[in-house]
Amino acid sequence: MGKTIAEKIFEAHTVDSLAGDITVIGLDAVFCHEITTPIAINDLMARGKDRVFDTSKIKAVIDHVTPAKDSKTAMQGKILRDWAQRHNIKDFFDIGRNGVCHAIFPEKGFVRPGYTIIMGDSHTCTHGAFGAFAAGVGTTDLEVGILKGVCRFKSPKSMKVAISGTLVPGVYAKDVILSIIKIIGVNGATDRVMEFSGPVVDRMSMEERMTLCNMAVEAGATSGICAPDMVTVDYLWEFIKEEYPSRQAALEAFQAFTPDGDAVYSDTVEVDVADLVPQVTFGFKPDQVRPVSEMEGTKIDQVYIGSCTNGRLDDLRIAASLLEDKRISPKVRAIVSPATPDIFSRALDEGLIKIFMDAGFCVTNPTCGACLGMSTGVLANGEVCASTTNRNFNGRMGKGGMVHLMSPATAAASAVAGTITNSEIFCDKGERR
Amino acid sequence: MEPLVKHRGIAALMPRINVDTDQIIPKQFMKRTEKCGYGKYLFSNWKYREDGTLNLDFELNREEFKGASILVAGDNFGCGSSREHAPWAISDYGFRVIVSTSFADIFFSNCFKNGILPVTVTAEALKSLSDEIEATPGVSFDVDVEKQELVTPGGTVIPYELDGFRKESLMKGMDDIDRTLKHTDKIYIFEEKQNLKTPWLWKAM
Repeated sequence: MGKTIAEKIFEAHTVDSLAGDITVIGLDAVFCHEITTPIAINDLMARGKDRVFDTSKIKAVIDHVTPAKDSKTAMQGKILRDWAQRHNIKDFFDIGRNGVCHAIFPEKGFVRPGYTIIMGDSHTCTHGAFGAFAAGVGTTDLEVGILKGVCRFKSPKSMKVAISGTLVPGVYAKDVILSIIKIIGVNGATDRVMEFSGPVVDRMSMEERMTLCNMAVEAGATSGICAPDMVTVDYLWEFIKEEYPSRQAALEAFQAFTPDGDAVYSDTVEVDVADLVPQVTFGFKPDQVRPVSEMEGTKIDQVYIGSCTNGRLDDLRIAASLLEDKRISPKVRAIVSPATPDIFSRALDEGLIKIFMDAGFCVTNPTCGACLGMSTGVLANGEVCASTTNRNFNGRMGKGGMVHLMSPATAAASAVAGTITNSEIFCDKGERR
Repeated sequence: MEPLVKHRGIAALMPRINVDTDQIIPKQFMKRTEKCGYGKYLFSNWKYREDGTLNLDFELNREEFKGASILVAGDNFGCGSSREHAPWAISDYGFRVIVSTSFADIFFSNCFKNGILPVTVTAEALKSLSDEIEATPGVSFDVDVEKQELVTPGGTVIPYELDGFRKESLMKGMDDIDRTLKHTDKIYIFEEKQNLKTPWLWKAM
């Protein structure tokens, strides 16, 4: 019987099999940030077990509230910083070098095909874009991971999500994943790994695949995953060139983590995106999704471009291309948070930051702050945000605030229009991808 | 962790679906760095009005549900953020059992690490339990972990699934961290094997 990607990764990492179809897997990386890790650190210290299983496999970043906004968030950062120093964790990204965890860790080459990764953060599923099994966990699992480098999971079932067709200009990975969540619902993939495949995924860049996998958890999935291919090899080449004689050799090695033709899936969803138009959420659930045409004219107070979903360089390029020589509507305020210092720096070099600033955007340092309503862009009661983030829960970006999820293109166009708008009105008809 | 073998408690009905962890424990309480003391913040945005007074329209504020230890809620309970603060708040408030038609993956797993039993039931069973609570608010249910059964005074018996590992953790009050440390030999064997087969994984990145 053939195997899915997740099954192959589990097979290569099984430490123990327990009753009830539970597998203990060895971890290749444990990612940490300053919201969920300090509690794990404090608890391990209280237990007299302030140890780490492997300093080189632990990667830590301060990203959720940075710079610290008050004494409490400063303490969260301090606990993580002191711990990283104490254990000589080399890959610790403090302010000035820090970025959104799910953007900076892949950028540093920390995610490879076949890897197993956990983090105390639900959007850890992002890293599945590399053909890795990456899942968000709670603090207890994180503690076990930090201490022993293992984690227990139910042996994974997978949902096959086959995406065919060709995207029209102005429609992006974000629109694709929103449309899929709309179809399967917020618990449509619960207890399963969403395995994305098909010609649309094959043509996607790593950044686009990360956008796709990032929102798997919004459909309830344990993780999202894409088969590694030459796109994956090219992205990682700089980091792996010492390990493989050629790109082809790397690709062949990574084939170990592609699904078998006769792999068994718990269910299959087939999506044709040929007629897909830009999508926007309208309620407090990520499956409340409508075509932008049905949302046009919706009043907004703030536009936010950033996050682990859509704060990468390509996202900024797309948004900037729509904002060039334009000003945002005086009725709205707009914020852009490049997801990492490298993205920020390259956006500066490419002149994108100037375009954002000339358009009237506030450019912040890399941080998750606004997306979870903790800093740098919190909404007031009754306010509405057009946002490139991943979660539109009630009050997510601020108590009493409303979030409409959309692509960077739709967000940028909406900033100019002052209401939710289809980016189509601002761009030339390009070629289908 | 306090063992959970047989439990009798007042069942509180919260007929809401897609209750996400942001609602269970709002972000303003995510700045703390300890695991305890979250009970008073549970469902904070629903429990209190803007002016800080108790919102009497919120289900859990009903007089009959005072001291409830079984929470009966709608579909997809615990979705969203992976924060374990959610089960900490639920357990600290006094709940030991949560009943729903489905739970979000990470939340479900986090419950067992904190002595909470999430019971997944069919839509019909949820309706029957809800009806019984509505008919006799303040009613107590019996939950047997060994037998994997939930029993109501109305005579409804609902069997539920529970895997062996988690059952043992609950019944013995065993901690995941301590349980893992008992298996270091297996971890060592795996590491040795992986080191031989895939040595590049063990090179410092």
